[in-house]
Amino acid sequence: MNPFFAKKSLLMVALTTLFAATSAQADVTIISFGGTNQKAQAKAFYEPFTKASGVKIVASEYNGEQAKIKAMVEAKNVSWDVVELESPELARGCEEGLYEKLDMSKIGPKADFIPSALSECGIGIFVWSTVLAYNADALKGTPTSWADFWDLKKFPGKRGMRKGAKFTLEFALLADGVKPEDVYKTLGTKAGVTRAFKKLDEIKPYIQWWEAGAQPPQLLAAGDVVMSTAYNGRIASAQKEGKKLKIMWANNIYDFDSWGIPVGAPNKADAYKFIAFASKPENQKVFSGEIPYGPTNVKGTAMIDKAVAADLPTAPQNMKGALASNTQFWVEHSEDLEQRFNAWAAK
Amino acid sequence: MIASYASTSERIWHYAFRMLCGLIIVFLILPILVIAPLSFNSDSFLLYPMSGFSTRWYEEFFSSPAWRQAFTNSLIISPFSTLLAMLLGTPAAVGLTRIDFPGKGLLTAILISPMVVPVVIVGVATYLVFAPIGLTGSYLGLIMVHAALGVPFVVTTVSATLQGFDFNLVRAAASLGANPLTAFFRITLPLVAPGVISGGLFAFGTSFDEVVVTLFLAGPEQSTLPRQMFAGIRENISPTIAAVATILTVLSTLMLITLEWLRRRSERLRAAP
Amino acid sequence: MTQYSATMPAPLDTAPEASLQSRLRRAERMNKLKYGALILPLAIFLMLTFVWPIAALLKRSVDNPEIITAFPQTSALLRGWNGQALPDDGVFAAFAGEMAQIKGTPVLAAAAKRLNMEVPGFRSLMMRTVRATPLEAGASAREVLIDADPRWGETATWQLLARNASPYTMRYLLASLDHKVNEQGKVVATSPEEAIFVDVLLRTFGMSFVVTVVCLLLGFPLAYFIATRPVKTANVLLMAVLLPFWTSILVRVAAWIVLLQSQGLVNQALMHLGITDHPLQLVFNSTGVYIAMVHILLPFMILPLYSVMKGISPVYMRAALSLGCPPFRSFWKIYFPQTLPGIGAGGLLVFILCMGYYITPSLLGSPNEQMASYFVAFYTNQTINWGMAAALSAILFVATLLLYAIYTRLVGSQNMAARAR
Repeated sequence: MNPFFAKKSLLMVALTTLFAATSAQADVTIISFGGTNQKAQAKAFYEPFTKASGVKIVASEYNGEQAKIKAMVEAKNVSWDVVELESPELARGCEEGLYEKLDMSKIGPKADFIPSALSECGIGIFVWSTVLAYNADALKGTPTSWADFWDLKKFPGKRGMRKGAKFTLEFALLADGVKPEDVYKTLGTKAGVTRAFKKLDEIKPYIQWWEAGAQPPQLLAAGDVVMSTAYNGRIASAQKEGKKLKIMWANNIYDFDSWGIPVGAPNKADAYKFIAFASKPENQKVFSGEIPYGPTNVKGTAMIDKAVAADLPTAPQNMKGALASNTQFWVEHSEDLEQRFNAWAAK
Repeated sequence: MIASYASTSERIWHYAFRMLCGLIIVFLILPILVIAPLSFNSDSFLLYPMSGFSTRWYEEFFSSPAWRQAFTNSLIISPFSTLLAMLLGTPAAVGLTRIDFPGKGLLTAILISPMVVPVVIVGVATYLVFAPIGLTGSYLGLIMVHAALGVPFVVTTVSATLQGFDFNLVRAAASLGANPLTAFFRITLPLVAPGVISGGLFAFGTSFDEVVVTLFLAGPEQSTLPRQMFAGIRENISPTIAAVATILTVLSTLMLITLEWLRRRSERLRAAP
Repeated sequence: MTQYSATMPAPLDTAPEASLQSRLRRAERMNKLKYGALILPLAIFLMLTFVWPIAALLKRSVDNPEIITAFPQTSALLRGWNGQALPDDGVFAAFAGEMAQIKGTPVLAAAAKRLNMEVPGFRSLMMRTVRATPLEAGASAREVLIDADPRWGETATWQLLARNASPYTMRYLLASLDHKVNEQGKVVATSPEEAIFVDVLLRTFGMSFVVTVVCLLLGFPLAYFIATRPVKTANVLLMAVLLPFWTSILVRVAAWIVLLQSQGLVNQALMHLGITDHPLQLVFNSTGVYIAMVHILLPFMILPLYSVMKGISPVYMRAALSLGCPPFRSFWKIYFPQTLPGIGAGGLLVFILCMGYYITPSLLGSPNEQMASYFVAFYTNQTINWGMAAALSAILFVATLLLYAIYTRLVGSQNMAARAR
């Protein structure tokens, strides 16, 4: 072949792949928080769904940032079909018209779900919890309260905490002796916020901040920190890999992660089908078996093995004294408190 | 090269200085050499001493859909953005060296500025402008911005090559009846080719290592190798990262050798009478 | 194209030459057009992908569209309000009417978010109020609004709306200098527990300065060493500088994490040598950031220094030495001043590049090492406060531009990459 044509056809091939890849595909794009959570979702939801329906899934991860979704929706050029969301982002996005108002009739009977797992634009995937996790090898004794997390004498060493105001301030108040039911009331006042930051000042030099959920188990396993706030599921996965990490459930903070459909999603019908599939009790059961987050479908809870059930945030003994994350509070205050947190952390 | 009549203090100074320079070179090179062996470690810790030899992390790299997709994306985006940068930058450099006009200095400064403006600003700015017109989450948008970031390198290297270029050759060609295009392709281009190629290599290197703009502009389908590495380092710095790092280091070494070869070649050409 | 004729050679005044001259001039002009056309595509391309987006970003730092978009009529009325007593019934009615119109739309959410930015709690105030609309026929807008939330009966609430009833605001730029407009409309400093950006900007300059100085201290001797070697040795040594220069930044960041982690090689070595008995924290703090930044930017210092030093003739030094000037003194008096252009170029380049760094501090640092770029990304992605992101960008951009202007004066922009080579 003439080398000129060879070059030209190569260019053509490249160009076609280039533009074929930009055009929308029929595959359903699902964005979730990555790591072991995503792996569990793949096993419990994505793979069986593709097997059952023949619809392929493009799975990708993000860290909860809403900017991309906002930009896509405003440009009316949405490439994501289903997104895993934390509650405040969901509530805010719903108000701002980023997410479709869901038609429950396409998903399943309302009565099957924990009532608080359902909202206008979202449907709960699972209940997760932020707990105190510790490295049993590095710690002499067992922490039993958030006050112990602050106790540098009894438990010397560094602490891991999520970089951000959300939950950090709650834990500070809990450690300062505020009762779980009063936490958000206290945090709603100026004095309460100051109190929380003052409490955080006590351990500030000892805090190692983390951003992604996969980090705390590593920090703990590597001995970089002796205790850390962590998502209970990530710790359980690390335990499975043989790491000697433990969970303190006292005064954990729990919340839902939900599915949402961005307005203008290219494959809305399949997105609904997927959400309906993932909300079925038998699939939620598989998910909870992979990573110990509690099902939102009440029927799913009933199906779960006893051994697994004890590790779920929804287990009665774990729920005792637990604090439900206050979505409304964080919708309102994330702007000012995150700003103040940044200012505090940077000093 | 120390003179035999040098005093003791001069001798001490001489060797201390050499040692200092040696240490600085170690500082420059060591981090790059240290990561490659770990990518062949058989267990999953990035620690010395290594526990055994294994290629499993390379297998993981080539079998993981996410990494493979990122690699493919990098191989789509970087060459195209390099091509675009070369196509736009080379003629512009020729134009800039050939004519003078008021404001030329300013124009040159603007054409070069993508090199110095903080990438975060470029990322946010293009993101906010590209989003409403649907250029975020597309290959085209990424290629365009990567080309903009690479273009200054093409302009500057080609200009530098042209400074030693005898434009009478073009005139001669024209007087012999060649039209400007023919003259460009037959005379100018072969002579400035080393400059174009090394500028292109710089542009390629820039795009191939670009992560900030990609963080803002790329959707999950356009994730590139550096973008994937960024996520990997932040979450879990596994030996797979070390394997990718090693592959990238080999690639950059190859680019460096090519550049060096080009530089010597053009030096030889210029030295020739 | 008349402006170009200014640079033309002065026309000769001999008459017979005139036609040749004008032909020559025409040819020259054609030439300019032709070569100008070569620059044009790139100029247009950069206009679209670079200049325009940045200009749009800078404009966004003063944009304030949310309130006037949601409440055009109320905004117009509030601009005429004196701000002393509560606005009259007309304003209340217009506001209630416009509330009803945008009920349940993203426009309302955007306005609520914008106001919540200044006064936390305003979002729910708006959402509660909108539920009371549309008004029943004959109802008093004032009563309904105040009934929905008593804060509508306070002038401060209306002042907040009035302050934002114009399409432009200084709020973001002020906020990025830790200032704000208070309820009396005066510019005041933000409270110390919320102030952050002046510190961040100072830190950005401070860290860039330290990195530049360290790069100079390490780069100068090495550049001198390489410049004084024979060509072959120099070329090998240069490769040692260029290899890290060409290696991906992420590779180098990963490498430094591996080296500096608590059980990493550096800690192992330190403990083996008995310098410390427990692993030191070398990464995810300022140590790690400084080490990696210096490593990444050192070649940008060495290469311009080297190219300047290579051009310095050894003759003067030899002359000074042979005239009995002590080696150090002759180095300082004769050699060093000749390297100043290289120091200026390398130093400015390192400083400019360092100021914009985002990846290295974000992967290797703690919150204490985050520079301006980090907060630009933070406001863009995390809180979607694009006005804030734009304002911080604007400040960073102006600082970069000033230094870049000095740099181009010093070396000429053309030489930048040539020197970087």
